[in-house]
Amino acid sequence: MRLRTTAVAGALLLLTGCGAADMTQQASPFANARGAKTVTLSVQSWVGAQADAAVAEYLLEHELGYHVDTVQVDEVPAWDALSQGRVDAIMEDWGHPEQERRYVEEKKTIVRGGELGVTGHIGWFVPTYFAKRHPDVTDWKNLDRYAGLLRTAESGGKGQLLDGSPSYVTHDKALVKNLKLDYKVVFAGSEAAQITQIKQFAREKKPFLTYWYAPQWLFEKVPMTEVRLPPYREGCDADPAKVACGYPHTPLQKYLNADFARNGGEAARFLKNFRWTTEDQNEVALMIAEEKLPPREAAKKWVDSHPSVWKEWLP
Amino acid sequence: MATATAGAPRAALPGPLRHRAAGKLLLLAVAAAVLVPFAAARWGSGGWPAALTVDISAPLGRASDWIIDNRDSHPLFLYFLGHVSNAVVVSVRAVYLLLLGAGWAGVTALGALVAWRVAGVRLALGTAAAFLACGLLGMWVPTMQTLALMVVAVAASVAVGALLGLAAGLSNRMDRVLRPVLDTMQVLPAFAYLLPVVLVFGIGVPAAVLATVVYAAPPMARLTALGLRGADPEVLEAVESLGTTARQRLLTARIPLARKELLLGLNQTIMMALSMAVIASVIGAGGLGDRVYQALASVDVGAALAAGIPIVLLAVVLDRVTGAAGERLGTAGGTPVTWLYVLAAAVAVAVAGRLLGRSDWPGSWVADIAGPVNRAVGWITAHLHSGVPYVGGTADWAAGFTTWVLDPVRDGLQGLPWWSVLLAVAALAWLVGTWRTALTATLALAATGVLGVWKPSLDTLSQVLAAVAVTLATGLAIGVAAARSDRCERLLRPVLDVLQTMPQFVYLIPVVALFGVGRAPAVAAAVVYALPAVVRITAQGLRQVDPAALESARSLGATGGQQLRQIQLPLARPALLLAVNQGVVLVLAVVIIGGLVGGGALGYDVVYGLAQGDLATGLVAGAAIVCLGLVLDRVTQPTGRRAGKGA
Repeated sequence: MRLRTTAVAGALLLLTGCGAADMTQQASPFANARGAKTVTLSVQSWVGAQADAAVAEYLLEHELGYHVDTVQVDEVPAWDALSQGRVDAIMEDWGHPEQERRYVEEKKTIVRGGELGVTGHIGWFVPTYFAKRHPDVTDWKNLDRYAGLLRTAESGGKGQLLDGSPSYVTHDKALVKNLKLDYKVVFAGSEAAQITQIKQFAREKKPFLTYWYAPQWLFEKVPMTEVRLPPYREGCDADPAKVACGYPHTPLQKYLNADFARNGGEAARFLKNFRWTTEDQNEVALMIAEEKLPPREAAKKWVDSHPSVWKEWLP
Repeated sequence: MATATAGAPRAALPGPLRHRAAGKLLLLAVAAAVLVPFAAARWGSGGWPAALTVDISAPLGRASDWIIDNRDSHPLFLYFLGHVSNAVVVSVRAVYLLLLGAGWAGVTALGALVAWRVAGVRLALGTAAAFLACGLLGMWVPTMQTLALMVVAVAASVAVGALLGLAAGLSNRMDRVLRPVLDTMQVLPAFAYLLPVVLVFGIGVPAAVLATVVYAAPPMARLTALGLRGADPEVLEAVESLGTTARQRLLTARIPLARKELLLGLNQTIMMALSMAVIASVIGAGGLGDRVYQALASVDVGAALAAGIPIVLLAVVLDRVTGAAGERLGTAGGTPVTWLYVLAAAVAVAVAGRLLGRSDWPGSWVADIAGPVNRAVGWITAHLHSGVPYVGGTADWAAGFTTWVLDPVRDGLQGLPWWSVLLAVAALAWLVGTWRTALTATLALAATGVLGVWKPSLDTLSQVLAAVAVTLATGLAIGVAAARSDRCERLLRPVLDVLQTMPQFVYLIPVVALFGVGRAPAVAAAVVYALPAVVRITAQGLRQVDPAALESARSLGATGGQQLRQIQLPLARPALLLAVNQGVVLVLAVVIIGGLVGGGALGYDVVYGLAQGDLATGLVAGAAIVCLGLVLDRVTQPTGRRAGKGA
């Protein structure tokens, strides 16, 4: 029996070619099918990240002659993929301290790619038509008075705080508890569901309270006003269970796979140079999300009208 | 096996208790009277007691750290998993390049010719039309990527499934060992094991193919085993008398005799692999699924539909062609020579296409459906959402459903003492099956408590119960209509096909737009998914009712309603029970998707686990869904039919 197992194991080893197979050296089977240099970008599910990737893709293809593959993955798995070299770059990261420590500082498989130029901010928002009628709703201390107006079937007897995708950074549950608010956090489960719901509320001018973030194209369609939470101070969100402060303003970061950063040539230099403003990003994002242009065409429109911005990124 | 165990508890009952159900309940009541006061005194009577939970998040966290730290250096990864991963990439790439090389003309010609040989002219035309439609929708390249992935995943699933089925078909012991394994593979939500697969293989095609194999191999295994076991004993005896060896018997008699089951297994495996195509896109598998998923991110129903239709077309074509091949088995197909002609013709078309410089799908031959679809969806959701005169809007219905159905059921379940829920499940399962069924169901439910997810599990259970109730009410009504009118059934068939194969990601947005975020849209999505199976099984069951019985009823002057109530429905009872069971299983399969539209509970936890790379949350919630699946299966499925399950 033992002999047979060894024989089988040996045969397997022979069959598989005996050598070590490095899983970090694999590209997608669909990559490069027409024989071009390939860059793989990770795209996150929100439209801002799609805009970054679309413009980078367009310029890499048309100005530098690369073939670009995009892969849509959630943030944490995207870090994992970046460290393994499955993707070459993340264009927009909202802060993942645990992953940074593990991959950037300890394993050194990922390197920083500089700032994207856009500053992100998470907060609680109410629609502006509602804030105009009730100006004091914009302070968290007054929120409880509006709980009755913000009640839905899903939130039971309490007010509804609409939260989004499970992949996003949030301590809303702890916040509601620690600020002793009469609210229930309802997780929409995906950004698509959250946007659909917000638009539906806005169409009927209904009041709502939602977790949301800027920059975001939806502000152009549904103007929203931020609710002041207790101000953010460095380290006030260190213990997830005890958080009682708002969210910080985060300069969004780019990250590159370490090998790609060293050997990626022009593409790597281009991605490091990539840096634009919130307005630029929103312009592209709005074309994708609201006008339903394919990301490629939205990127082309932006590129055609802003040559002075992107000319500086070219290596 | 089932009949043997069913006899046991009856024998243990005292004489006067002839009636089995009453006896079972009495026995359970006696056991409860002894155990419950003790358990309640010791652990309290509210939700699941904290003393009885086990926290496994620490070891799971360590396991995931170990994988991340070792996957670039440990021999297990370098010498085994790495090669598996490479082999998958190389084969998918080979198929993909072949498909691209053949060009759209070559692929369409090959598809049509193969369909013609195995299934006739009509399906050949249908196949060609389906391929051309994929191109017209602007989805040619993603379709080829998905097709390449499917070819490799189906080949691997069939190989694995056939091996497992061979083992289970030839040895009773293996059969007993494998059955729970196969059950788990099918019930475990794919989302839950995407994360471990991604940790090991990284995102991309290898992980997607392996996740697909786990999901799609079980039907092949079950049907292979069924086919081998079902071989006519007389034929086998005759073959044995010729002095053949065991291997010769297997190759010359048992496998050929099981051809029908093998082909049905292939058909089922293809269907299940295709339904994974979209889910696998969450981990970067590319292809059509990725297009659907990216369209979801920008809330673009039209674009999602444009990518979803090719998936439906592929599924319908593959289903019909393999189905027709099964029916015509042995009568058509032809000799190897005809197949050579088929191949040669396809190659000729491909070469012609290349020579004409037309191997890529021409960019101008694309019909844009996204715009009109989005406008239509926008109009519907804007006008039905609220304020429709007299009936109220869909949002009002959803709110009513949540407040008056979902909330009471959930609060009721969560408010009951934990032991009483266990007792109720034990009683139900025992009434339907044997003491073993009851034990499995009770232990499975208890396991959700031990894992520390008692409350979310009951929340999920309440959603499943509500969705199943709605599905059965609508499904039975439509099924009856389809059984009574041929025209109705013909009209329904394509609708059911579409509902069954359209990726759920496509209709999530309209569902949210109509019903708002919450548990109501989750229930709606589940109903849409489970309805077709219930309708089909009901209609088929009613149609198969003995015509003689109906005829005699008619001659006695029974009205249509009387015939239905007194003859058809009672006689179709086994089929109706199967419809209930399938409804439950399918609804449970959509629980995760419900997490994406605000369903919360276990579905959300699984999605959260994948999104945050949190192995513990995702796997525990996934395991709890499996446990719920076991409970519901045991409670809804009479023991006698278990052998045919999964076919």
